[in-house]
This record gives sequence, C-alpha cells and structure tokens, in this order.
Amino acid sequence: MNTLTRRHFIRSSSMGAGALLVGFQLPALGDSPKSLERLEGAAESLMTDAFLRINPDNTTTILMNHAEFGNGAYTSLAMMIAEELPLDWDTIRIEAAPTEKQYYSPLFGEYLTAGSVSTASSLIPMRTAGAKTRALLIAAAAKAFDVEESTLTASQSRVAAADGRSLTFAELVPVIHAFKLEPPATVSLKPASAFDVLGKPTRRIEGRDKVTGAAQFGIDVKRPNMLYGSIQRPPIFKGRVKTFDGSRALEIKGVVKVKAIDAGVVALAEDYWTAQKAARLIDVTWDTGDGDRWSTEGFFSEYRALSNEPGMLAEDIGDAERTLAQHPDAIEAVYELPYLAHATMEPMNCTAEVHQDRCDIWVGTQYQSNDRTLAAKTLGMDESQVTIHRTLMGGTFGRRASKTADFVVEAVQAAMGETRPVQIIWSREEDIQQGGHYRPLFVHRLKGCVDEEGFPLAWHQRAVGQSIMQNTKHDPAYMVRGMDIYSLDGCLQAPFGVFPYGTSYQIPHHRIESHNPPKVGVYPHEWRAVGHTHTGIAYECFLDELAHLGDKDPLDLRLHLTKGHERMHALLTTLRQVSGWDEPMGPQRGRGVASRIYSVSPIANTVEVTVSDDGQYTVDRIVCVIDCGFAVNPLGIESQIHGGIMLGLNAAAMGVIDIEEGRVLQSNFHDYVPLRFHQMPKVEVHIMPSDAPSTGVGEQASTAIGPALANAIFDATGQRVRQFPLSRQGFTLKG
Amino acid sequence: MKINVNDRVHEVTASGDTPLLWVLRDHLHLTGTKYGCGSGLCGACTVHVNGVPVRSCLLPIDQVNDQQVTTIEHLADADGSLSPVQMAWLEADVAQCGYCQSGQIMAAEALLKTNPDPSDEEIDTAMQGHVCRCGTYERIREAIHIAAKQTNSSGGAV
Repeated sequence: MNTLTRRHFIRSSSMGAGALLVGFQLPALGDSPKSLERLEGAAESLMTDAFLRINPDNTTTILMNHAEFGNGAYTSLAMMIAEELPLDWDTIRIEAAPTEKQYYSPLFGEYLTAGSVSTASSLIPMRTAGAKTRALLIAAAAKAFDVEESTLTASQSRVAAADGRSLTFAELVPVIHAFKLEPPATVSLKPASAFDVLGKPTRRIEGRDKVTGAAQFGIDVKRPNMLYGSIQRPPIFKGRVKTFDGSRALEIKGVVKVKAIDAGVVALAEDYWTAQKAARLIDVTWDTGDGDRWSTEGFFSEYRALSNEPGMLAEDIGDAERTLAQHPDAIEAVYELPYLAHATMEPMNCTAEVHQDRCDIWVGTQYQSNDRTLAAKTLGMDESQVTIHRTLMGGTFGRRASKTADFVVEAVQAAMGETRPVQIIWSREEDIQQGGHYRPLFVHRLKGCVDEEGFPLAWHQRAVGQSIMQNTKHDPAYMVRGMDIYSLDGCLQAPFGVFPYGTSYQIPHHRIESHNPPKVGVYPHEWRAVGHTHTGIAYECFLDELAHLGDKDPLDLRLHLTKGHERMHALLTTLRQVSGWDEPMGPQRGRGVASRIYSVSPIANTVEVTVSDDGQYTVDRIVCVIDCGFAVNPLGIESQIHGGIMLGLNAAAMGVIDIEEGRVLQSNFHDYVPLRFHQMPKVEVHIMPSDAPSTGVGEQASTAIGPALANAIFDATGQRVRQFPLSRQGFTLKG
Repeated sequence: MKINVNDRVHEVTASGDTPLLWVLRDHLHLTGTKYGCGSGLCGACTVHVNGVPVRSCLLPIDQVNDQQVTTIEHLADADGSLSPVQMAWLEADVAQCGYCQSGQIMAAEALLKTNPDPSDEEIDTAMQGHVCRCGTYERIREAIHIAAKQTNSSGGAV
C-alpha cells in the first residue's frame, strides 16, 4: 500500500500543495534491474541508521537499544534523536531493537540496560544517528530543490527551502535512493547552547498507552492458540523434582499437560487461572538437598562472627588499626541489613514459541543478549535461531536482569515439545517467596574515632555478605582480588575495580575489609542501587554516630569531609539551604541527612520525621539534591528521584525477607509491605545546574534515603537503629 | 455464560470460580486490567462494576451476572479522545513503568464521581489500597487535582 514507485512519487508529490517540484529531475539510472528494483522500493521505509527508520507515512521509528521499565529511557533516547533530527514528536514510533551486536550497550558490550547508564552512554550514539540522518535528508532536499544545503531548514519532520517549498522526510526517501545518497561519515553535533529538546522537561513518550491500557507488557502478550503455564516451585530454593503425580491437576477442565522442568512442575492450561489451580494440585516429592539448613538468623549469626575476623583487604589508607587502638574513646557498631525482594508490580513472566528450527520469545527484560544465549543453549539451537521480542516492563529494580535468565529458560523449557506457544506467569507468592533472587543480607562492623576537633580521624569497616558477581559471567570484571566490588559500593575513598569513583569523604585513616561468604541458600541479586542499599545505611549512619561522638552537626561534618570533592561539597551546600537545615525542629521531630555517589552522580537528601512516644512516626518532608551533570530530561529525573526515594524508604522502614529452614516467610503484599499513599510525603527535588557530561539518575535516590531516615529517627529520639528494617526495632511508619 | 463488559455482551466459557480478572485478560484479551497480587492487596486489577470500583482478582465470574463491567479500555471515547482523568494523568506525567496505572485511574475515576474535589488527605484515603512501586503517588495526587479542576470548571461529569 505504501510502496510508491518513482512515477507515483513524482505524481503524488507534484500533486501536493503548490506542486513544488519544479526543476527536480531524477538522475539517469541506467536500466539495470538492480537500480529499478531499488527505485521500486524507494518509498518504502528507509533505515537511515541502525537506530532510525523513516516510514512512508512520515512517521519515524526509533529502535531502542535500552529497555523501558519506568526509567524513562525511551523518552530520553527519543529526545536525543529529536535534538539533532527535528521530528514531529507525535509521529515518533518506538520499537525495541533486536538482539544484534550493533545495539549492545557500548559500556557493557552486552544488550543490557543496567547501572543507571542508559542516558550517559546513549547521548553520543543517538545524537549522531539523528545528526547523520538530518544531513542525509538535507542533502536529498538540496538535490530535490536544486539549492544549496545551507539554505534549507529542517523542522517537524520536513525540510523546507527558503522559497517556501518543502518536503516531508518520507518524501525525501526516494530522492535519497535515486541519488544514491549516503549519510556522511562524520557529523558535528549541536552545541548545548543551541539545544531545543535536551534539557527541556519532556513527558513520557509512551505515556498515552499507559493511561489507556494499550501498553504491552510481557504479561499482555497473546499468541494464537497460546497455553498458560503455572509452575509449582520447590518449597526451598534450588530444590529439584524427585517425583510428581499430576493426575489431580489433569482432572481440571482446561488443563492440557503437567510436566517437570528444571524450575519445578508446570501445569499448562487454556487460561492462567486454570493453570494456577492445577499447579497447586500437583503432588510433588522434592529433593531439597541441604536447603533447609539456611535461615536468616543463621546467616546473621555466622556473618556477625565473621565480622570479628580479618577480611580481605580492599583499602588501607593511613593506619586505621593503630589510630583506633590509640583512641580509647573509639566507638564500634554493627549494622545488619536483611534480604530484600524486588516485588515488581508486574510479576515475572515470559512467552515462548518453539518451532523446529527457531524460537520466538516475548519478554520484558533488561538483559536480552544473555536471555538469548541461555535460551539457545536450552534449545540446542544457534543464537541466530532465537528471537527476543522485548516488551515494556512493569518495574524491575534489577530483577529482570537475570544472570541465569531464570524466567526465560523455564518458559522455553515449558514450551519445548509443545505445538502451542506457552506463557508462564509467576504468582505474587512465587515472586516474593520462591523467586530466590534477593538483595543479599549484610553485616557491617565499623569502628571509628574522631580527632581533637571532633572530626572523623580513623575508620575501619568490615562488610560481610554474599557476593552477587562471584562465579557468574561478571566475575572477571567485578571481582577484585577475590572481593565483589558491589559489596563495598561507596565505602572506599579510592576507585575500586571498574568503579571509577569512591566515596566523596576524606578520612585520614581508612581501612575497608570484605568477607564474601559462600553463596548458599538464595541467589544474591542486584536491587536498585545494588551495594549502596546496605553500604549506604552502614556508612552514613555510622558517620552520624561519629558526628554525635565529636559533637558535630551531621551536615557540617559532611561539608568538612567533602572539601576535596567540589561537586558533593557544592551539592551539600545547596541542600543545607533548600532543606532549611538550620531551622530548629519542634519536640518529637527530627531531621537526618545522608549523601552518596552512585554511577558518578552525587546525591544527598534530608528527611524530617515526627516520632510519637510509642515509636509510631510520620515522614513529613524529604528534600533531595542531585548532580547528574547536564540534566537531559528534568521531568524524568524528578520521576526517578521519586521512585528511588520511595523504594529506599520502603526498604529501610519495613522491607524484610525472613528465611526459616530454607523457607521464606513472606508471601504477598500483606507481609512484604509496600509503601502506601499516605506514607509517602512530597519529595522536593533539586537538580544542580550543570554543563558537565550527563551521568546516572535511575538508582541514585535509593542510596541515601534509608540512612537519612534512620538518622532522623535518632535526631528525634536519641535511639540509634542498627538492625533493619526500622519496623523490627519498634519504629512503625504510620499507616 | 454471558457477561457485559464495556457495553458489549460477551459469551464466555470459563469455570464459575474464575476471577473476572482472568476472564477479562485471557478470554476477552482486555489486558489493560492487570494482575498484581491475586489477593485484593494492590488494586492493579481494579475495574468498575455498575460504576463501583471492584478488585477483579477477587470477583468470581459466576457472581458478575448481568452487572455492567467497565475496564480501562472503555474510558476513552470511541474516537480516542481521553477522559479528563486520563488527560490529567498525561498532563502530570504520572506513569513510570505504568503497570499499576490502569487500577489507579479506575480508582480515581470512581473517587471523583463521589467526591468531585477531594483534598490530598481524601485522595490518600481513597487510594490507599492501590500500590505503586515506582513512586508515582505524588503525581497521582496532582493529576486527580487537575482532573477535578478540569471537570468542575467545565461543569461536566467525569
């Protein structure tokens, strides 16, 4: 329908408003079939670049090589294109880019959306794609109008000549073909002073679909004749099926099959409700190995004991041990952080369609290159035979970047041997209780002392917890001398491994040690802001303890310690002002502060609380300042801050996964409690004005909120909470 | 059995205990209504039954009878023009991942019908059963205020 031939093109264009094509001649093309063929297809969609396709209806498709899960990547990446290629914003179409090497993250070398780096790592490639396409279209228009390129202007998906003639981008596609135009090898990008799009608050590009119900998440995928699958999973992580009897399940109308896969026993049925009912009726005998040995209490006591033993040495500046020994007033504290589930609103799911010689997979994923590799391995196919169709995601917080591709592999296994596509959906209970992918449990033991002026002099910290990266494909990059650098995120003063930054604080004597005990029981996994989710609390709360010891204002103290870190120092100075830090608080009220650096962006926040005598408290006000370099989309950044703050607050206030005899006690939102409306105050977000290179915003806000909350509770009550969540220590967030 | 969804009568073959949620999603392919917890704890599955917000994950299909079910897909007009609440959601740029927003919007629509100009506190109370894990509560409040203002100034019903 949209195929315009050359003749058709000239005719339709000439019939356009004002018949503006006077003087436009197609060059002699010769009669070779190849040329003709090319011309016949001329007005079909044109890929001007790996990331851009101009469609015959003058819409422009952007192929997105970063996933969208609320992070705003689709909007930011579209802004980058539109900055250089003036598009009619409403005609932008979004497509998930396929699993091809050219779309892999330039930073990770894999098709992975993680680490709060989508924006920073996309600015140059996406802007270049836009600029090259613009140059190509301008060159085509110059031919079409027979004018100098410099006289042409592009706007709103059109190129116009000085005399008023104009052609849409789509109308220029045949010209590009006819003249065999190519995008230039190099282009210069617009200076920041000329930005029209970047830096402007921009609403979510897929926003409309998210208010009409049209947005397609993985769970919304419907394939013809599809079966729904529900898995009865082992009661203990890593348990295996010994035997099973599916006869009771098969008696239910609509149940098609019951079979064992690695993840458990799956019931396949005509709808999900039936599959779920059936899965619960399967009688399974499990081989749970030694899985019932594990309990959170056991881990805590083991790790507590380990924290008394010297660990692997990550950093030793000055002589912390001797300095501490010389200071009898040195203090010591142990901080304990529990396992945390991600509890994304959309539970894990995946749809697989296995054919003789290929497999199609529909899934919301952060990590599709790895998914494809492991799916292909499961299928015994070449990776080229496996196609991942990436959908939107109803949240992830790291869960959907699975190193084992667990939720993909199981769907593929369930679909193998079936003639019908299979969609596996996890129940909420499976998600919280049986997924087994958690923010690892950590114990931090800290010792510190202050100098004569009351400023921190020596710091000795031991972090004890399971490694996320050890014995995974990321081991070589993220393990340094046997230590997982994630376990020590933001604890070191110097850069560590692939992390180019340390903490912003300078303490003269600074010793950091690590224990990464055996990876037993659960699957330790990334959780929004990864290591900072526990190191942030340990470091920032203990810093508060030292402030108290040295009789220093906690913010003064941080300003003092960041004198050598210009950006953080400026940010904290701003925070002092915008938060009204120096205004006195009333009775039963308290204010806390914390600051962290994650993925190069400094961030700090204050929290104000009111605590009743019975320990019930309200969070009254949160003020957050971030320095993310040039702010690509201030509206999106604000969203990310809201999200990070909420997740971090939720975790510190009430987030906990308990394991007893290998079994998780929590199962749904009644006992793995999400933060609700009235518990979440307005968050005041301030973005430091900056022309520096853009850096991350997605995870940063989860780092400093928890410790600031605990520090505020201390400020209000004088009680120092060192075992989290706060709800276990007598402090209940009202609601 | 027959159910009336979005002003259309559908013939459905499903066991009577099937929650309305799964009938909407798996049988009628109306996937805008989301599964979040299956226990009425998160509100992602909220639809209107005779105009009243209901957790569709807890309502067995054999209890729906001839009641009128309305889903998120039916809020916009046939020509695609959005409801004031949907418009307000876009103006306030509420959604992040967007997964819970169908339920949030259905709840907000119902709230504004009974309380055309709710305070922040009234919004929090009415919406407290609706979970968002992305941090959109603040913008939801803002959007509800925008929709209320819009509706009240135009004198029209939501």
